[in-house]
Amino acid sequence: MPNTLANVVTVAVEVAGLVMRYGATTAVDGLSLQVTAGSVTAVLGPNGAGKTTTIETCEGYRRPQGGTVRVLGLDPLSDARALRPRVGVMLQRGGAWSGSHADEMLRHIASLHAHPIAVDPLLARLGLRGCGRTPYRRLSGGQQQRLGLAMAIVGRPELVFLDEPTAGLDPQARRDTWDLVDELRDSGVTVVLTTHFMDEAERLADHVHVVDNGRVVASGSPAQLMRSGAENTVRFTAEQGIDVGRLTMALPTGTKVTEQRPGTYVVTGDADAQLLATLTRWCAANGVMVREISVQRRTLEDVFLDLTGRELRA
Amino acid sequence: MSIDLSPAPGAAPLRRMIASQAIIETRLLVRNAEQLVLALVIPLLILVVGSDSSGIVDLGPGRPIDTLAPGVLALAVMSTAFTSLAIATGFERRYGVLKRLGASPLPRLGLLAGKGGAVAVVQCVQLIVLGVAALLLGWHPGGGPAAFGWLLVLTVLGTAAFGSLALLIAGTLPAEATLAVANLVYVVLLVGGAVLVPLSRYPEAAQPLVRLLPSGALGEGLRDAFTGEGPGVMTVLVLLVWACVAGAAASRTFRWE
Repeated sequence: MPNTLANVVTVAVEVAGLVMRYGATTAVDGLSLQVTAGSVTAVLGPNGAGKTTTIETCEGYRRPQGGTVRVLGLDPLSDARALRPRVGVMLQRGGAWSGSHADEMLRHIASLHAHPIAVDPLLARLGLRGCGRTPYRRLSGGQQQRLGLAMAIVGRPELVFLDEPTAGLDPQARRDTWDLVDELRDSGVTVVLTTHFMDEAERLADHVHVVDNGRVVASGSPAQLMRSGAENTVRFTAEQGIDVGRLTMALPTGTKVTEQRPGTYVVTGDADAQLLATLTRWCAANGVMVREISVQRRTLEDVFLDLTGRELRA
Repeated sequence: MSIDLSPAPGAAPLRRMIASQAIIETRLLVRNAEQLVLALVIPLLILVVGSDSSGIVDLGPGRPIDTLAPGVLALAVMSTAFTSLAIATGFERRYGVLKRLGASPLPRLGLLAGKGGAVAVVQCVQLIVLGVAALLLGWHPGGGPAAFGWLLVLTVLGTAAFGSLALLIAGTLPAEATLAVANLVYVVLLVGGAVLVPLSRYPEAAQPLVRLLPSGALGEGLRDAFTGEGPGVMTVLVLLVWACVAGAAASRTFRWE
């Protein structure tokens, strides 16, 4: 059955029609998504969208009340023993003894694995070398977060689930974490992360699943998602009275130029690099000096607003 | 700096996992000052104060230290297997440690074995320190080598019974409630559970009930062992039943989060 084999190789996680309820609340409502092996996949959505419940079901912490979950081709619950060494887990918070030191905690988790990453370089890489004998409860939120990430990857898993890996990190630590996620992908590790930061999903993910109210409302690469729906806008200022009709004809079809105020022009349409090049070339050829030009890029934030009618972080 | 992150998954050998778990749990227990008070300071105080022949509590006939020493050993076994284990496990659940370990290659049995190892290490230190202190205070253990055999058997059985009760509480109640209940039960059994005070000093009507408590069985069993009588079948049976019932209940109700 070559088809099944191909599935095992390329699909790291498959969630189909997952339903999870807590009492009267439906946290996950028929959610389906796929994670391609070797990719970085972001599950993006506001708090309470069902991200953590979905991830924790994949991690084997919860039994699906409806639908199915397969991880590396296996069942997270009945095949837990086979899966645990292969899957790294970063919890949203906690996960360490309050009195343990960072290095002792990481060394312990490493000791449960057959071929762990060397602990000292990993601590150094994550800026945890200086924590010394500080008990876990006295580490800063960011240090606790980085230790959580270290514990997820120290066993050299094939697949890691990172639940809000950069929540509470300062900008520098956040960029360090992003670099580490890039390195994981480059090393062939499949990464699934949840986030409610748009820039994080745009920066890291090959594939984004936008989740709201327990369902996937859109999926695609960040570029695909940002292209769909509303158009981008280029705004530039120059001398007044340019012939906008001629300019519009010079630009790709589907774009339109209007002079909003004297000397301020707005180009609506798909603002890609080609459009900008064509626009500036036309200006140069026609002796028009552009004084200011800006692209108001459509972001995942806008995509989310369009899809749900709500701000992501509300 | 670049680190090789390429996948190489695999679980460590079970024995290494259990040893590692036992070592870190022991270190964390020892690091905790409250646990040290519970494990050594309180039993030592009871030994020193109680061995004074003027006696605050009437322990019955015979030299007070000979009655008290086995009871203090029973108390030490109980404090670690029950109170310390319950509190530690309750907070492990609260802080997501059990959840984290649940995602690691360490199987549940390995976790239990690790905890058992940590409890055993602490108990060994307790029994040696308290035993030596009791000898210095004039304890004459009777019963010969058999008594020490019984000490081992009853410690294992008592640890199984109290440890199962500890996991039952820690697995069902929130951490703060576990802390309260574990300390309360410790005090109640210390006073009313025939750990220190021999069963014969309890009101006639209460005796049949108190001897069915795990504390009563452990305390009486050790006293019987060190007077040379040897604990009866009843003692062993009581501890076994508690271990089985509480163990079954704990394994059914324990929640890792």
